[in-house]
Amino acid sequence: MTEKEIIKRLTELRSLAQKHKLDISEEIKQLEAKLVNGNSSQDATWKKVELARHNDRPTTLDYIDIIFDDFLELHGDRSFSDDPAMIGGIALLNDKPVTIIGQQKGRNLKENVMRNSGMALPDGYRKALRLVRQAEKYGRPVISFVDTQGAYPGVSAEERGIGEAIARNLKEFFSVRVPIVVIIIGQGGSGGALGIGIGDYVIMLENAIYSVISPEGCASILLRDASKAKYAASIMKLTARDLLRFEIIDTIISEPTGGAHQNPEVTAAKIKLELVKVLNKLISRPQEQLVKNRYEKYRRMGVFIEKNAKKKSGFLKRFLRKE
Amino acid sequence: MSRLTRKFKAWFRTAFIHRPLITHRIKDGDERLFVERKQECPACHKHLSPDELESSLFVCPGCDHHFRLTPWERIKYTADGGVFHEFCADIESFNPLDFPEYEQKLTTSKKKTGLNEAIVTGICRVEGQEVVLGIMAFQFMGGSMGSAVGEKVTRALLLGMEKKMPVIIFTASGGARMQEGILSLMQMAKTSAAASVLEEHKIPFFIVLTDPTSGGVTASYAMLGDVILAEPSALVGFAGRRVIEGTIKQKLPENFQLSEFQQEKGFVDAIVQRKDLRKTLAFLVKTHMNVKKVWR
Repeated sequence: MTEKEIIKRLTELRSLAQKHKLDISEEIKQLEAKLVNGNSSQDATWKKVELARHNDRPTTLDYIDIIFDDFLELHGDRSFSDDPAMIGGIALLNDKPVTIIGQQKGRNLKENVMRNSGMALPDGYRKALRLVRQAEKYGRPVISFVDTQGAYPGVSAEERGIGEAIARNLKEFFSVRVPIVVIIIGQGGSGGALGIGIGDYVIMLENAIYSVISPEGCASILLRDASKAKYAASIMKLTARDLLRFEIIDTIISEPTGGAHQNPEVTAAKIKLELVKVLNKLISRPQEQLVKNRYEKYRRMGVFIEKNAKKKSGFLKRFLRKE
Repeated sequence: MSRLTRKFKAWFRTAFIHRPLITHRIKDGDERLFVERKQECPACHKHLSPDELESSLFVCPGCDHHFRLTPWERIKYTADGGVFHEFCADIESFNPLDFPEYEQKLTTSKKKTGLNEAIVTGICRVEGQEVVLGIMAFQFMGGSMGSAVGEKVTRALLLGMEKKMPVIIFTASGGARMQEGILSLMQMAKTSAAASVLEEHKIPFFIVLTDPTSGGVTASYAMLGDVILAEPSALVGFAGRRVIEGTIKQKLPENFQLSEFQQEKGFVDAIVQRKDLRKTLAFLVKTHMNVKKVWR
């Protein structure tokens, strides 16, 4: 689309919206963004990738400081070690206890080495699971902050079964009988993110990304050219808006202009508002319903063709609804 | 809900929804068993004639190298009489992200392998006992898990739950199917959710790790079996070898991520020779099903 076309389409949409009282502010915003960021959506997507990885982007602990009172960090997976890349603990949200888990990136070079850039080991995932089970035992809701480029791809991780650790988390999170709310605050990298990313309600920040592989990885494997990361990012559909369209996430929280780091307090306040709203709703549900809904939410994910699928009438469909 | 309604619903579902079941009879000389292979062992470079290979179940007699098998070959060696009732055969992938060249890749893979997707699922008997069997095909786009594979695995697990049959899955996969982006990642969640349902209903779930199993499949249902078997020297891991070498900036040992390594580290129950697999699976099914009846 050229600039002229965009402007034409914008005026069209605006007049339509007024005429029929439709809410198409999303589309209008998208077009406006196109005008600002140059024509190609490639640049706009890459800007988000850069923002999600920005050095000054608020980390899990930054948000915990602002949103919660009295955070007590709990360490260790009780079987091997304590992984600094994955943190967890108990805190108060408006005087009510919650359990928090999340990946933690370093905020300076030294801390980043200690935190392994937020790439967790199996120990980290096992710690998260331990804390989630503990939360379930004492009826505390779980809040999970996702911010990682992926699980640590190293020898120690393989030796201690990173695959098994993530797989077990995926399975166990589906039987947890307290609400789990997931917030993707920065990078949601593949299985490493999903390992603590199963929840009843998934929130994503506007400039966060969530994908099955990094744009660089996708470019080098599928396009056989690592320098095409920018292009890869644009076709991978990894932005919050794309994910909302695929119903992978439930809501997007907008960030201040220029990214969350421009004003962490405002971003945190918005997260807190959403958290309180969602938790109040989730906590009132019966536990069985909670587990069932979580299962059904993920059961629906994925699109495929089924040629011989029989069309069932409404009644039959309802009658045969299983699981 | 009364027991009768539940029973009726289960019957109705199997009768009308899981239809059509396609029955395959894989016998010697079946055209699907003809696979072009080099007549040489890739490990020890010994020359092997096709007859020799077939009689040894595609295991090199010299160095015990296990060749990769197609689903039809697996069925022949696993199912009683090669009889296999395939279900959900009509589930196929499409291109939800409009990813360039994805459709072409799917078409060529379909043509090359004669399969619709990277997994074949169905019902068969193993030494007389009915099981739900899923066999992944590494030949189909590296056995990658997209929405269709995820759905077929999930349905296989749920079918096991409904029919109270144990579920056996042979894994062989490079991981999630990147062309489907985040949707392929969510298949890890979906299949694991089904595995948690299976656990809740106490239905046995067995995994046979075959060469190679990695990425998103390792980090989901492949590690969730009640018993996890593996073929000798099968590659089993999460991150790829080259990725790890790039991170630690040094060469990895030869046996890294092989099934022997995984057994040593405690993630594989047993390594089973291909000729013993059928017997072992039958033993597992026998020891897991109807135990209450026997011991009452």
